[in-house]
Amino acid sequence: MSSKDEPRKDRHSNDSPESRGDELDQRLAQLKSRLDDGHKRQRAASGDADTPQNQSNRAGVAQAFRLSSEFIAGVVVGAGIGYLVDTFFGTSPWGMIVFLLLGFAAAVLNVMRAAGMVAESNMRFRPAQELHKQQLEGETDDTAEK
Amino acid sequence: MANDPIQQFEISKILPLEALGTDISFTNSSLFMVLTVGVSAAFLIMTTSGRGLIPSRLQSISEMCYEFVADLLRSSAGSEGMKFFPLVFSLFVFILMANLFGMFPYFFTVTSHIIVTAALALLVIGLVLVYGFWKNGFGFLKLFVPSGVPAVLIPLIVLIEVMSFISRPISLSVRLFANVLAGHITLKVFAGFIPMLSKLGFVGVVGALLPLGFTVALTALEFLVAFLQAYVFAILTCMYLNDAIHPSH
Repeated sequence: MSSKDEPRKDRHSNDSPESRGDELDQRLAQLKSRLDDGHKRQRAASGDADTPQNQSNRAGVAQAFRLSSEFIAGVVVGAGIGYLVDTFFGTSPWGMIVFLLLGFAAAVLNVMRAAGMVAESNMRFRPAQELHKQQLEGETDDTAEK
Repeated sequence: MANDPIQQFEISKILPLEALGTDISFTNSSLFMVLTVGVSAAFLIMTTSGRGLIPSRLQSISEMCYEFVADLLRSSAGSEGMKFFPLVFSLFVFILMANLFGMFPYFFTVTSHIIVTAALALLVIGLVLVYGFWKNGFGFLKLFVPSGVPAVLIPLIVLIEVMSFISRPISLSVRLFANVLAGHITLKVFAGFIPMLSKLGFVGVVGALLPLGFTVALTALEFLVAFLQAYVFAILTCMYLNDAIHPSH
């Protein structure tokens, strides 16, 4: 919702004098609140639009695609590195054994991370996640700032 | 064989070219890449050229596209990530359009070739590496060292983390390519059952209704996959870019 207004406001401030800007802003704000009310009513009436449940379904299917390929990729990388180590250092079959097992571990880590079972190696994702949480909590405050 | 399910992925040269001993022919794959870029660019430019305060139907499609990717990027990489918006938006639109183009009969599906998806994935990972090192210096390597791990385990953990990082471009490219390839082959195989069965007389024709139903259902599924794969690619790009922006552990 918040990003929808940005381009329009910009556009309008470009082509109209400042004095008319305030009045128009007020009218836009009014229109926006009316539209929001309408949207809410619409969403309540028909459950099909972009309900949270529908969104989580989409995210679920996307994650299902992710999990399988994360696992395979980890094992394939392990096998690939093992093969390269073996051919360059002539350590066959030890490179393959060690790196395939490591690759398996990396694959499990990938999957657990993608599934959210392991903390996203600590702080790596925290800034963005906190930001997202803030946005979710105070969406109205956020728009006012902008 | 008339209904060879692999035949649709064959590359054919439209305009044979060669430069410095390398084959740079203009193929059907190149043609559809040009079409994908051309059509999506033309669509976005034409629908937004009206600049309506109240968007027309087509303009709201473009605006929805913009908002979708912008929200995705902002929620997973923060507002700092918005400087990568052009890249993520281009990737999303390119993959989505290429997948949707592939849904037309007789059209070539660009994303069904691993070389195309691998190039896209390497672009993303290359950017993450270059930007990560440019912005954080060697602090970027902290990405591979989780905090709070006993010193004894660190070499092992670092090795596993590095392999996990290397597996990213592979999983990114293989997922897109494999889903599109497998989907199109399945579609073709099921559609191929219909004429084969209907040759068997009345019982065959009745039996052919089953694969016909499957084909219709699979077509719907493929449209879903076309969108989902573009979405997954875009969201993972955002998450990897987030690593480059905030690698701190």
